[in-house]
Amino acid sequence: MTALRVDGLFKVFGRHPDEAMARLRAGATADEIRASGATPAVIDVTLAVEPGEIFVVMGLSGSGKSTLIRTLNGLLEPTAGTVHVGDDEITALSGKGLREVRQRRISMVFQHFALLPHRSVVDNAAYALEVRGIDRRTRLAAATEALEMVGLEGQADKRPDELSGGMQQRVGLARALASEADVLLMDEAFSALDPLIRREMQDQLLELQARLGKTIVFITHDLNEAMRLGDRIAIMRDGRIVRLGTPEQILADPGDEYVERFLADVDRSRVFTASDVMVPAATVLAGSQPAAALEALHAHGSFALAVVDGDGRLVGVVTGADLLAASGNVVAAVRPPAARVAAGTSLAELLAPAGASDAPVAVVDDDGRPCGLVDPRAVLAALAGAGSDGRVSADDRAELLEGSRG
Amino acid sequence: MAEPTAVLAAEESSLPRVPVGEWVDTAFDWLKDNFDPVFDAVATGTETAVEGVTDALLFLPPLLFAAILALLAVFVRSVVFAIGSLVGLLLIQSMELWEPAMQTLALVLVATLIAIVVAIPVGIAAAKSSRVSGLVRPVLDLMQTMPAFVYLIPAVTFFSIGLVPGVITTIIFALPPGVRLTELGIRQVDRETVEAGHAFGSSPWQILRGIELPLARPTIMAGVNQVIMLALSMAVIAGFIGAPGLGQIVVTSISRLNIGLGFEAGLSVVILAIFLDRLTASFGERPVEGGLRSRLMRRRTARTVGAPVAAEDATPGSRPTAGAGV
Repeated sequence: MTALRVDGLFKVFGRHPDEAMARLRAGATADEIRASGATPAVIDVTLAVEPGEIFVVMGLSGSGKSTLIRTLNGLLEPTAGTVHVGDDEITALSGKGLREVRQRRISMVFQHFALLPHRSVVDNAAYALEVRGIDRRTRLAAATEALEMVGLEGQADKRPDELSGGMQQRVGLARALASEADVLLMDEAFSALDPLIRREMQDQLLELQARLGKTIVFITHDLNEAMRLGDRIAIMRDGRIVRLGTPEQILADPGDEYVERFLADVDRSRVFTASDVMVPAATVLAGSQPAAALEALHAHGSFALAVVDGDGRLVGVVTGADLLAASGNVVAAVRPPAARVAAGTSLAELLAPAGASDAPVAVVDDDGRPCGLVDPRAVLAALAGAGSDGRVSADDRAELLEGSRG
Repeated sequence: MAEPTAVLAAEESSLPRVPVGEWVDTAFDWLKDNFDPVFDAVATGTETAVEGVTDALLFLPPLLFAAILALLAVFVRSVVFAIGSLVGLLLIQSMELWEPAMQTLALVLVATLIAIVVAIPVGIAAAKSSRVSGLVRPVLDLMQTMPAFVYLIPAVTFFSIGLVPGVITTIIFALPPGVRLTELGIRQVDRETVEAGHAFGSSPWQILRGIELPLARPTIMAGVNQVIMLALSMAVIAGFIGAPGLGQIVVTSISRLNIGLGFEAGLSVVILAIFLDRLTASFGERPVEGGLRSRLMRRRTARTVGAPVAAEDATPGSRPTAGAGV
């Protein structure tokens, strides 16, 4: 069951919106409609957000992303189309029914925090519960807990303007969390913060999300932020979603020139991880003969082998060249990997070890068993955005794993 | 009725004469004929209110009352303001103008109260609806720019001379800034903050009470301040139609060409004006540093905060320029 569903959503501002919409459906472009005096902000958007997902909507100013997020909780009424939050059809509700959904199911964090300057931090955090009519003691307890969650212990009695921007936005986040809504809308929530604080807030959001598992729709104009936070990203342009996918999918296949131009600025080293560039490790026992090892190497079409002990734990790595030069058993040729890393390690952290040695980087699981090897050249290829030679499709990978285990 | 056009040599004009004056006369005659009981009721109510307030203001001996006002001044603003107020009020008493000053003050207080009770809801309605705003604006323009003495004529027709027409004209004259600044204040409330109210499911009333009015308070209080100042200036003009107070002294001194008396009455008006202005202005501002109110408030927060502040994230420069904290 999807947490949030948007179907065929249109929002047209200005005169004669219905007329403009009919023309859009007939295939008119946004520019043509604009010439007639109406402004199409959201054009035929359909998407579904799964529970527990961080869904990022990314676009430049004027792309319609802020309009889109405001239709999700009914702050703006769409010209056509429907929005469902769980079972509730937001677009069919008004007045009390709509307020009820906003009070219980969907909350929001704002770009400029939108705190009440005349109230203390804890009263701000308790706002959602106060609106719902919950008694003071209960709501202050919930607000205090939410403030602790975002790291604002001891600030409860201050006024918002006594806090820095980052702390103010934490209050905004605490206010949204205290409402206990499952769906959290974040409208450029970190865009007004300076870069260091922004990064800190992103980390904190990911940490909270790992703990709370909310469904988050996050609006941003910063693609790096989108890539860092998003489980999936929708890229908007001129009111339409032009690309929708996971960060890796979008990076690997931008789809069109517009998205590609964006991607030029993305820090790929933070999006891709070791698991994206590794090849599944073909293993060889430390006691094997070099000839047998070479055979295994050729059989897998790999550039190196992971050498393991009797328990399957990584001892070291050997490349084809090492094996050819070796005499005796494999142990003589084995050398330490450039680094041992986990599958989730970002490329940024692989750069230094990969550059320091021509040995492969070994990707190991929690028990120290090898699950993949990374060719240093594959790291560079992935950063350059080329379809790297080191990468293998998921099917092949599974096959190879089977092979290496057997 | 005299023909006002006579002055302008109307026979040369090619435009037909539009008898605005006659229409107004007819309208007021009709009102007078049909709503006399209403006007009588208004008159009685107003008179009772102003006289009640006057009696209350004159109930305490002047010296004691001046001391109480000075205490109020120290509470809302500062010791300097309190000393200034005390000196000013004692000067009024020593000029033997205490009673007319209190009569004027009572008139101003009642007129201001009524004006605010009308102005704030109208201002809110104008802020919420552009149509209401469009309707109200020309009326306010008329009220503000129509020469003050012109109000006096119909006021006297309806209420004869004395206190009541004075109060009514004062209300009409003082009302507009209350409406205008309330509308402005509410329209200026940060859009995102109001949106936040909606996003958390607040009702329109909760948004008005909890967000718009508190955030618009400084502007609304500036409006209230302006209402009081205008009421005070009109209360003096109302002396011409027999409203009791400092205005009457001014009128008397004009008719007798008594410069000294006129100056004393005028000075008393100025003292009252400054006192009321500073007093009401401080309700719109944040508490002044060193004032008793700010010290009391600080002590209250200091007691509840207690815990040391986490240094992390306390970068002062990271506040956005267009923040919500207005």
